[in-house]
Amino acid sequence: MNLSNYRPSKDKISTYLPLGSFLIIISFLDILINTFFNLNITSFLSQKISYFFPLAIGFIGFYLIRIEFSGVKFLDKLNKNINSNNFNALLTLLILFIIIKSILPILNWFFFEANFVGNSKEDCTGNGACWVFVKVWFNRFMYGLYPDVEQWRVNAAFILLFGLVGIAFFVPQKIKKYFLIFLIFVYPFIGIKLLSGGSFGLTYVETAAWGGLSLTFIISAFAILFCFPIGVILALGRRSSLPAIRYISVGFIELWRGVPLITVLFMAAVMFPMFLPDGTFIDKLIRVLIAITLFEAAYMAEVVRGGLQALPKGQYEAAKSLGMGYWRMNALIILPQALKLVIPGIANTLLALVKDTPLIFVVGLMELAGMIGLAKTNPKWLGMAMEGYVFAGLVFWVICYAMSRYSQNLEKKLSTER
Amino acid sequence: MNFKQFISANKKPSILIPQAITVIALISVIIYFATNAQINMGNRGISFGFGFLNQEASFDIAFSLIEFDGSYSYGRAFLVGLLNTVLVSVIGIFFATIIGVIVGVSRLSDNYLIAKAAEWYVEIFRNIPLILQIFFWYFAALRALPSPENAINFYDISYLTIKGWYIPKFIWTNFNIFCYSIIAACISIYFFLKYAKKQREEFGRILPTVTISILILILFPLISFFLLGVSLSFSYPELKQLSATSYTYANGVSIIPELMALALALSMYTATFIAENVRAGVLGVGKGQKEAAASIGLNKGQILKLVVMPQALRIIIPPTTNQYLNLTKNSSLAAAIAYPDMVLVFAKTALMQTGRAIEIISITMLTYLSLSIAISLFMNWYNKKMAIKEK
Amino acid sequence: MSNIIELKNVNKWFDKFQVLKDINLTVNQKEKIVVCGPSGSGKSTLIRCINRLEEHQEGNIVVDGNEISENTKDIEKIRAEVGMVFQQFNLFPHLSILDNCTLAPIWVKKMPKKQAEEIAMSNLKQVQIDDQALKFPGQLSGGQQQRAAIARALCMEPKIMLFDEPTSALDPEMIKEVLDVMVDLAKGGMTMIVVTHEMGFAKEVADNMIFMDEGRIVEKAKTKEFFDNPKSDRTKLFLSQIL
Repeated sequence: MNLSNYRPSKDKISTYLPLGSFLIIISFLDILINTFFNLNITSFLSQKISYFFPLAIGFIGFYLIRIEFSGVKFLDKLNKNINSNNFNALLTLLILFIIIKSILPILNWFFFEANFVGNSKEDCTGNGACWVFVKVWFNRFMYGLYPDVEQWRVNAAFILLFGLVGIAFFVPQKIKKYFLIFLIFVYPFIGIKLLSGGSFGLTYVETAAWGGLSLTFIISAFAILFCFPIGVILALGRRSSLPAIRYISVGFIELWRGVPLITVLFMAAVMFPMFLPDGTFIDKLIRVLIAITLFEAAYMAEVVRGGLQALPKGQYEAAKSLGMGYWRMNALIILPQALKLVIPGIANTLLALVKDTPLIFVVGLMELAGMIGLAKTNPKWLGMAMEGYVFAGLVFWVICYAMSRYSQNLEKKLSTER
Repeated sequence: MNFKQFISANKKPSILIPQAITVIALISVIIYFATNAQINMGNRGISFGFGFLNQEASFDIAFSLIEFDGSYSYGRAFLVGLLNTVLVSVIGIFFATIIGVIVGVSRLSDNYLIAKAAEWYVEIFRNIPLILQIFFWYFAALRALPSPENAINFYDISYLTIKGWYIPKFIWTNFNIFCYSIIAACISIYFFLKYAKKQREEFGRILPTVTISILILILFPLISFFLLGVSLSFSYPELKQLSATSYTYANGVSIIPELMALALALSMYTATFIAENVRAGVLGVGKGQKEAAASIGLNKGQILKLVVMPQALRIIIPPTTNQYLNLTKNSSLAAAIAYPDMVLVFAKTALMQTGRAIEIISITMLTYLSLSIAISLFMNWYNKKMAIKEK
Repeated sequence: MSNIIELKNVNKWFDKFQVLKDINLTVNQKEKIVVCGPSGSGKSTLIRCINRLEEHQEGNIVVDGNEISENTKDIEKIRAEVGMVFQQFNLFPHLSILDNCTLAPIWVKKMPKKQAEEIAMSNLKQVQIDDQALKFPGQLSGGQQQRAAIARALCMEPKIMLFDEPTSALDPEMIKEVLDVMVDLAKGGMTMIVVTHEMGFAKEVADNMIFMDEGRIVEKAKTKEFFDNPKSDRTKLFLSQIL
């Protein structure tokens, strides 16, 4: 008996295809019925055989439909993508079975047995997630301990910021410069005044009360804004031909890059006050902000340095031969090109910055993760850790995924332009 | 260039002045800080010094690889913290590499489902901040484990509970002989590989180096067991009742949930970056390389070993080493869930007790800094050695 | 003279697109064949099927008495008899030129290193880059790299040499040095199948010319006959465009 006569091939398609599909359908039915209705349709077999039954049957089914060049478009696409050989067929089955078996409990927890309505923990009667917790605490998660009546100020500060940035994109080149200068040098003061108050009829809100996602945004925005110019200056310093400046830059960059962010935060919160004259007090939030900014600036400096190095020497030479001085050469010729080269790296650093901000809760600043920590230990809401952190995880994931997607698109757009 | 040339090259005012200004500014800032610090510390009655390291620590540490209790010194506490940091970092690096390689290779699979699943793994675990992943594992996932009386039982020798993972305690006799046997095995493998290379170059004989190396690695320790008096016995964890409702497992070793959560989160997060590096490395070796290698008669294993891997590893190793460093730095997040790593033990607890912020934080930062610099130097050496030479 | 390569009724598809249609070809020992045709005509695919870098779905391919199919054990042994030179050179950048050449003899033929190096140096001398032996591919010009690639293929002492547009990626001033090496090789008696647009080379060296279009062998003739008296209209059109 020549076994190769039984191999699946184009001429046998009319028998092998229905037979194979039938076997595959049975294997999936077994798994589905098992998961959703908790029944075992092969219970008449011994336990071990019954366990591997869907896998074996599905495997045989996939083997039968593995017909090369069948001419049926759908079948060929299927075979090429998930059924190209025995190993792949096995992996496909395993992955699909795992997905089916785990999707149900997850969906259950998220939706079907979850509670969305109510005001207190008693309203969470089901086995699933208690989204009531998130609903009740939502305001706190967003604004921290900022007084409810004053929250319009936080909103105002952000609307102003996004408005300015948005407009800056669309105005003609000449006015753009003024917008950027306004953004970097004037807006921070406006923002801080809005948020902390104390004059213009606004009540004073101490920085310890700032919190939640809005604090995350405040820190990220501030750090992004300032770590960029500082990073550029450090990168230029590192490539400087003046030895003193070069060594100081290298030392500064390597110092910040070599230590974990947590130690930097501790340093800002605990150690730094020791360096100030007795009696002077710099707000903790400002200290932390400066620390994070300098920390990220060191990483930004390395990214920018990569761009500066990648630029052909000819650009420097051409600029110098035109009689440009150091600063003019860098501002007009070198930096615009170098920065464009490393936009992906810059985007990555900013993304890392957003992911680093939750750390500030270790020094007592209650951004989103800190607020959730606070909420879950509230005696009326014990045991809500899963809901809280899943919520935070989702919020951050959406933000970071969007940012990473945007930077990938930007990279693609720029690489095709060249 | 020598000192004289250095001076003459830097004599021009336009070069000298900016440097002088920067240096003077920096020195003034440092003096300003130092003076203030001295005044402040004087006001608090603390003097600058490292003598406190010999003082009694008077606090306990929940998990330690070496003996420690309140009577030991702060210096020893620092050591305990350091060992704990190293422990979680090594575990994290090990699993991150394995997961990262698997996911990275899967992303390149021609099986659509596998490739997509790997892609989603990377997108999900890369975009959630590490601290939140640690919190999720610690406060959510591991809290769902059963209490000791209902532990998840692995063949009656190991128990997974909410209080920790209890595994048998290893009780060695002549552990040092066992270690020597391993060292001897490594040395033998080194010489064997040299011998195999010589055989190949002089006579063309190709020996099965991988198989024999593995055999040596297994054989030597076995000899130490059977002939040299090394023995290993186990102390199994047993259920012990502490009070009416509280149980624990005694006689074993417990892996605390803090360590598990930290290791899990670190591994899964760092694996995403390693996966991307692996993918870049494999993609970076052009298709033509594999074809050329095939066309001169090399088989699949030889193509992988002699042509693809050397080139892929050159692309993979530098950024991956960077990730290992990041993992070690990220292990400092242990402070958030009270795993006694170097930061928690030293920079938090010890600092709170002694108030010596400057000394303690400097030591901590210096330790991490030395690690970073060591890795940087290694990277520079590796890059120089492996650089593909060009015009 | 016995035939060393034989293709019978060979058909190949890339998904649904048929790239080789009913190919019948016999190559004798020491014969030199040049394959030409418009791009996309399947010339490269044809020779890549001979050392099974591409797989054919229908038909027979026999190389030096061994049939090439999916059942072939030790395809590596067959590949050791067939040398290939690529358009993109494909030298191994992490190895020196000498190591590039000795890699396969050491690992496949299990030759002692000294012997492999002797053979390598003599081949490198033949292609006139023996002084570059210890340099790395990145340090050589395109023409030098391609000659090194030819030497690398020769080190396995193949019976057949396949060339896939060997000069198409070279700057014009370097094409001649590579073609000279190939002419020497031909004069030395090597069986060669060359896919190229260099018709001057073809006229000098080829015994037979093959013109391919849309996956078919449209015309096969002795060189003189091919250029002086092409039979098919498509051949005439092609020749008029490139000559």
